[in-house]
Amino acid sequence: MSSQAQDALLSVRGVETYYGKIIALRGVDMDVHRGEIVTLIGANGAGKSTLMMTICGTPQARRGSIHYDGQDITTMPTHEIMRRGIAQSPEGRRIFPRMTVLENLQMGAQLVDPRHFRDDLDKVYALFPRLRERAAQRGGTLSGGEQQMLAIGRALMSRPKLLLLDEPSLGLAPLIVKQIFGAVLELNRTEGLTVFLVEQNAFHALKLAHRGYVMVNGRITMSGTGAELLKRDEVRAAYLEGGVH
Amino acid sequence: MSVAAMDKNGNGNTFAASLKDAAMAAFLAAVLGFFFLALRTDIVPGGLAITTRWGLWFTAIAIVFGVRLLLNLFVFKTDRPVTGMLSGAGAGLGARVPGLGKWLGRALFLFALVLPFFFTSFFPGQQRQFIDLAILIMTYIMLGWGLNIVVGLAGLLDLGYVAFYAVGAYSFALLSTHFEFIGFWSALPLAGLLAAFWGVILGFPVLRLRGDYLAIVTLAFGEIIRVVLLNWYDFTGGPNGISGIPKPTFFGLEFTRGEGGFADFFGLEFSTIHRFIYLYYIIFILAIITNIVTMRLRRLPIGRAWEALREDEIACRSLGINTTNTKLTAFAIGAMFGGFAGSFFATRQGFISPESFSFLESAIILAIVVLGGLGSQIGVVIASVVMIGGIELLRNIGFLGQIFGDGFDPTQYRMLIFGLAMVLIMVWKPRGIVSTREPSVALKKKNKIGSDMVAQGEGH
Repeated sequence: MSSQAQDALLSVRGVETYYGKIIALRGVDMDVHRGEIVTLIGANGAGKSTLMMTICGTPQARRGSIHYDGQDITTMPTHEIMRRGIAQSPEGRRIFPRMTVLENLQMGAQLVDPRHFRDDLDKVYALFPRLRERAAQRGGTLSGGEQQMLAIGRALMSRPKLLLLDEPSLGLAPLIVKQIFGAVLELNRTEGLTVFLVEQNAFHALKLAHRGYVMVNGRITMSGTGAELLKRDEVRAAYLEGGVH
Repeated sequence: MSVAAMDKNGNGNTFAASLKDAAMAAFLAAVLGFFFLALRTDIVPGGLAITTRWGLWFTAIAIVFGVRLLLNLFVFKTDRPVTGMLSGAGAGLGARVPGLGKWLGRALFLFALVLPFFFTSFFPGQQRQFIDLAILIMTYIMLGWGLNIVVGLAGLLDLGYVAFYAVGAYSFALLSTHFEFIGFWSALPLAGLLAAFWGVILGFPVLRLRGDYLAIVTLAFGEIIRVVLLNWYDFTGGPNGISGIPKPTFFGLEFTRGEGGFADFFGLEFSTIHRFIYLYYIIFILAIITNIVTMRLRRLPIGRAWEALREDEIACRSLGINTTNTKLTAFAIGAMFGGFAGSFFATRQGFISPESFSFLESAIILAIVVLGGLGSQIGVVIASVVMIGGIELLRNIGFLGQIFGDGFDPTQYRMLIFGLAMVLIMVWKPRGIVSTREPSVALKKKNKIGSDMVAQGEGH
């Protein structure tokens, strides 16, 4: 592991996060390498989203360190972290409901040279043609799947090196999930985008990802390639039985 | 829909029932009102004296009967309440006529531009009164636009906006009374800067708070400023206020009679109305500057960040926006315009005291912004004209005195009417008079974004 840490885009070491007095992460080690799709699976309340939020700096880790691109980002304020090439599609999508699709995308491009705007916009539209159709529509009037596409598109507009996706499949129809995961895979293959994906939908996530981590009660209990984890009995029993469609 | 039409439709039952209900309500009003309205006791030597006010009592009963009957016929007991049509019509209007807001804005702008001359030529007898009212309304429009940046765009509920108005007014008043060489025009930017500075001072510690908590702290801040002004006797003159604040000059020309005055210089016959017209144009230009700056900022990244901040703070942070700085700029810019308006207020009145900066002022400005529709510039104009103009209209309703007896002052009821207007607007148009927002960016065509389909509370 330690030898790998050198070329990792994101490396998390011994991170402990608390909400007040309640411990949420109990010493998490994790790496995301350049060009990889890494997924974190686990049950409700395991601490998956907390880990993602800790990477983003709200809340900050009380112990341990988070390095991104060779820099210590553990105690940086959130907006500083996000300016360094990390983009997030947050839990619950959190698009701006009263702003149009186009304005939402523009918000994502806030920190990027405006000259890139048209090209980046075309790329996002090519990835999710639905967004082009809906460009002038208010974000709040989109369907759940379209909102998720918008959240990912908005994140991509900031030209990230690392894309963080928090439960993009939540509450979406299987067909839409397939479409969104397909888009993520395409981004990874054609652009070499590094993706860190937090998911409850373990089956789809592990099939998509190069590597995966399993989180139980604030600890990483298992890790391995997606295919390996899919075969593990513990994983099958805990997250997949009756869950494979 | 008339009563006759209802009968034809076989709704005679409805009418009878409505009539009965209205009669019941009138009876209740008569019983309750008998002691409150019809009888009045006054302390006279040797005990109490009863006077009767039958006119008032009968009017109250008649109003209750009439209103209840109308409500019954058109709202409560009909299948198609007019209230539904009202809100539908209002919402549809903006969508049906896409350029309506723009054309209305232009028409209002042109009217405002020629307004003083309109009044001097058509109402020469009352020109001073009307222009004074126009100045007052324009001041509130400017304050509304300033607060609109903070509340409407950035979504920060500020209940103490009047504090910045006060800072601006006192800055100018103190500067001009202590230093001979400072006049209105040199003090104006200073007053704006000082107000913005106070905006930052207040904003820095409290902008970590959100929603209700922020509202309470700003409310407290507004009161603190007023109480300090009231009690710092040596500096601010306390409750006596500051008088002798200089009037603005027109490039050094004063609006006085005789040699070297404005009228003399331009060879006009001296008239006091010149100064009012000049004051009107000052506040008009200040307000227009406020509007232009706001509209420009809305299209810049900072303005978009404000609007995004109003929608979702967490999403903003995850997009790399420094939310603290973004809020601070909104606060400071809003405060700056409040400061400008404040120093204008000081120069117009010539006298200021802490009384002018009570919470009621904050409430009125906030009401203008909310009634107009959060974030809507034209809505603020409409709401200011209706509210401030409405209060003034109340003063001129003489005939009410004949009904309600002498000594009846309709302006005493303005808060009641305000409240009623608020309730009605919030019931029928929960997002204010103008509830559409124009996107700040569009590649092909602009679509109005209606609030018709949005549930209340969404997007805050």
